[in-house]
Amino acid sequence: MSDATEQSGPMLAADGRPLKASLNRALRRQKLRALMLIAPLLIFVLVTFIAPIADMLFRSIENQIVSDTLPRTTADLADWDSETGELPPPETFEALYKDIFIATERKLHTRLGSRLNYELTGVSSLFRKSGRKVEDMGEVYQDQFEDLNDFWKKGENWSQMMGSDDWNAAMAAWDDRSDTPQPVFEPRSGMAQMLPETTEMYLTFADFVQNEDEDNLAKEDPWAIVYSALYTDLGNGADVSGYTGPGSRELQEAEATAGEFEFVDYPAAFEDIDEDWLDIEVWQTIQIYSPEFTSGYFLNAIDMKKGLDGAEMRPENEQLYIKLFIRTLIMSLVITGSCILLGYPVAWILANLPARTANLLMILVLLPFWTSLLVRTSAWKVMLQQQGVINDTLVWLGVVADDSRLALINNQTGTIIAMTHILLPFMILPLYSVMKTIPPSYLRAAKSLGATNWTAFWRVYFPQSVPGIGAGSILVFILAIGYYITPELVGGTTGTFISNRIAYHISSSLNWGLAAALGGILLAVVLGLYWAYDRIVGIDNVKLGG
Amino acid sequence: MAALTPISRKPVSFYVPTVAAGGAVAGMFVGTAQGSTLLGIVGGALIMAAAAYVLTQIIKAETPGRWGLAILCAVAGFALGGLPAGLIGAAFGWFFGWFSFWLYEGRYRAYLAPYLTPGQVLWHYTFRVICGAILVFLITPIIVVMPLSFNAQDFFTFTPEMLRFDPAGYSIKHYEDFFTNSDWQGALANSVKIAPAATLLSVSFGTLAAIGLSQAHVPFRRAIMAILISPMIVPLIISAAGMYFFYSRIGLQGTYLGVVLAHAALGIPFVIITVTATLVGFDNSLTRAAANMGANPVTTFFRVQMPLILPGVISGGLFAFITSFDEVVVVLFVGSAGQKTLPWQMFTGLREQISPTILAVATILVIISIGLLTVVELLRRRSERLRGMSPG
Repeated sequence: MSDATEQSGPMLAADGRPLKASLNRALRRQKLRALMLIAPLLIFVLVTFIAPIADMLFRSIENQIVSDTLPRTTADLADWDSETGELPPPETFEALYKDIFIATERKLHTRLGSRLNYELTGVSSLFRKSGRKVEDMGEVYQDQFEDLNDFWKKGENWSQMMGSDDWNAAMAAWDDRSDTPQPVFEPRSGMAQMLPETTEMYLTFADFVQNEDEDNLAKEDPWAIVYSALYTDLGNGADVSGYTGPGSRELQEAEATAGEFEFVDYPAAFEDIDEDWLDIEVWQTIQIYSPEFTSGYFLNAIDMKKGLDGAEMRPENEQLYIKLFIRTLIMSLVITGSCILLGYPVAWILANLPARTANLLMILVLLPFWTSLLVRTSAWKVMLQQQGVINDTLVWLGVVADDSRLALINNQTGTIIAMTHILLPFMILPLYSVMKTIPPSYLRAAKSLGATNWTAFWRVYFPQSVPGIGAGSILVFILAIGYYITPELVGGTTGTFISNRIAYHISSSLNWGLAAALGGILLAVVLGLYWAYDRIVGIDNVKLGG
Repeated sequence: MAALTPISRKPVSFYVPTVAAGGAVAGMFVGTAQGSTLLGIVGGALIMAAAAYVLTQIIKAETPGRWGLAILCAVAGFALGGLPAGLIGAAFGWFFGWFSFWLYEGRYRAYLAPYLTPGQVLWHYTFRVICGAILVFLITPIIVVMPLSFNAQDFFTFTPEMLRFDPAGYSIKHYEDFFTNSDWQGALANSVKIAPAATLLSVSFGTLAAIGLSQAHVPFRRAIMAILISPMIVPLIISAAGMYFFYSRIGLQGTYLGVVLAHAALGIPFVIITVTATLVGFDNSLTRAAANMGANPVTTFFRVQMPLILPGVISGGLFAFITSFDEVVVVLFVGSAGQKTLPWQMFTGLREQISPTILAVATILVIISIGLLTVVELLRRRSERLRGMSPG
């Protein structure tokens, strides 16, 4: 009895463990070993290929440039209600002055201008113009401070006043020409409470001089905006009477007289630079594009834009991309269609000829497949020209007159002919491998049962070849929809694809966000088709050559 | 293939009109080229009908008859339009001589099933002519480029000298330009540096992973396969854009390393596909036998597994090589002027200053592709033969 219980217990492996656990462990090990073999390649592909694609998709929604370049303005604008039709308050203009001033010193204002120009034409020149003139606003105060006392003219005086004693001592000991890094600026204690704005501006200035310009901060004259900040601090009733450090006398003198200074009316000053600053649309654009992430590029990619109440269509004459997407789809369909039309008979004859002849003819299909894409494109460029081989032959045969040669290149015809030729092997090869598996006796059986040629083909042979057509079509369509080189070279202006527009935005117009968004949409279409291909054919069954 | 149907001679009323119809088509082209289409059609039909009748009913001897017609037509063509027309005439003459006897003797029926109706026979041959035309369409661009690359002029079409077969119309100056011009030589050097490095990377990683993927139990096999194949599926312009953005961020844009990594990624799917296909026929008991006899995994891999899957690895490597060697979109964005490759130079050549040197380069590349294609085909047949899958 007890023997039987022991035997009905878990079966044991040679080492005494339960067999089930032992097998599980072996399976786990096997899985792990397979994964270890795959891991290097998987990591390689993830880093060199998947990460770039993810980065591109991230770029299509990323919009940090606006809030990074105009931090104060965008913070102020968050509370502004653009619907009232009123301009933002003067404080926002002052914030804008500070942001543009710093951006100009860092040479970032033109980049922001081009970014916002994608959304509202004219902003680019507005920012460039403002960048040039914004310095004048600060100089109003700088001149008055300097007229008041020569003390304010020298950068040394400023650095001694603003910097802590320790830092000033370290600076004095530091050798300008040595390779040792400059002592990092440290503000005088209490300065930030006494003159908050001035300290903030001076810190920005110090950071720029020390880290970007790499100049000696102790000797550098501060930006004009530091004077504006000092004026603002003094106007806000800063209490400088308790201060005893360097420049205390001059500071007290300035406090006493600052009330009589000529002051800058920021909205008016900006109006002086360009009247567009009083245009509410400019402010709305800045406000709409303040968030760090935006759907703006994607909306742009489908001819829409962000309006006050959500997305709206762009005006008719600015619509471009939907048409281009549709054209790309239609031309890819035409190319796929002509590939089916030309590929089906060839695949059929290859599958039905005796092996020796079929192999010979297969070379005619494989040779173009192996020949460089550029060779084939240049061959078509040469053949399709107005003075090219095809037109010459047609003229010689008298089919067309010498003065009315056919325009076969730099239009849609050129793209369709060349791409059909280039992609035809991708249709023939999958069709061939499917047709090879259809027994020819089926057709004979159908005919012997009384089917006509057509019925036998259409009801018996064709349905069996449909998987091949599906595989070939999806492959050709996927390849066609993303083609760049051939349309670029033989497509002219009417035969180009969405890829050409993406390349244009990357290398010429530098609107990378829009390029990324257009690429994202194209990628989504292709991945959808890829998924369909996987379902129909299975990626494992992709065959190359024969 | 043995003859299926006994053949018999056909009546004059069948083949003479058929040959006449063919003659009319040929005559139409000749006539148009000479200025009168109608005259060409009528003349072609009459001449060829007469020729067919004379050949089959009066001369009767096939070989001399066909030669005679070919020579006659060649002379006529030469008189009309010089050497090129003479050659075309000879081709026409040879064809019609063959065509007349082919129809007269009923040879066209020999290899077809005896029960086919005349309509089915006609369709059979029409279908072959259509397929032939498509194959001509496939191969013509490659064929046309070769003679054009020997053009003595800087034109992209056949000059009258070339058509007359005048040696003065031909020269190898475009080839000389390719071998002496520093732009082209620099581009060639870059291609030769980048492609093997990229191939090496994708083959070594790809083969390991393919072996891993063909094990019996691989978790997430489908997902991993989808990721590894994706460089082949994602449009090149998107890969190029993504790599441009990302490689600029990490400082690889405009470096050899960047281009090599990018090309290796693009070549990986081809290696995976070909090597997994070879591994399908691999007998895993061989590795177990090797292990059983005391070989460690590394020895087993190099001495047992590798020699057997080598053909697949080599053809995968050739695919990866040609991918990198032909690739232009990604290098256009990821590379800088210092990494200009041969396809890039061709691309700028085609887009900006069109120079016939491109045709010389194209011819050289076609010859390289023929070489690669031969190697891959031989390897494929060898591995199929080894596996006993096909008798060829």
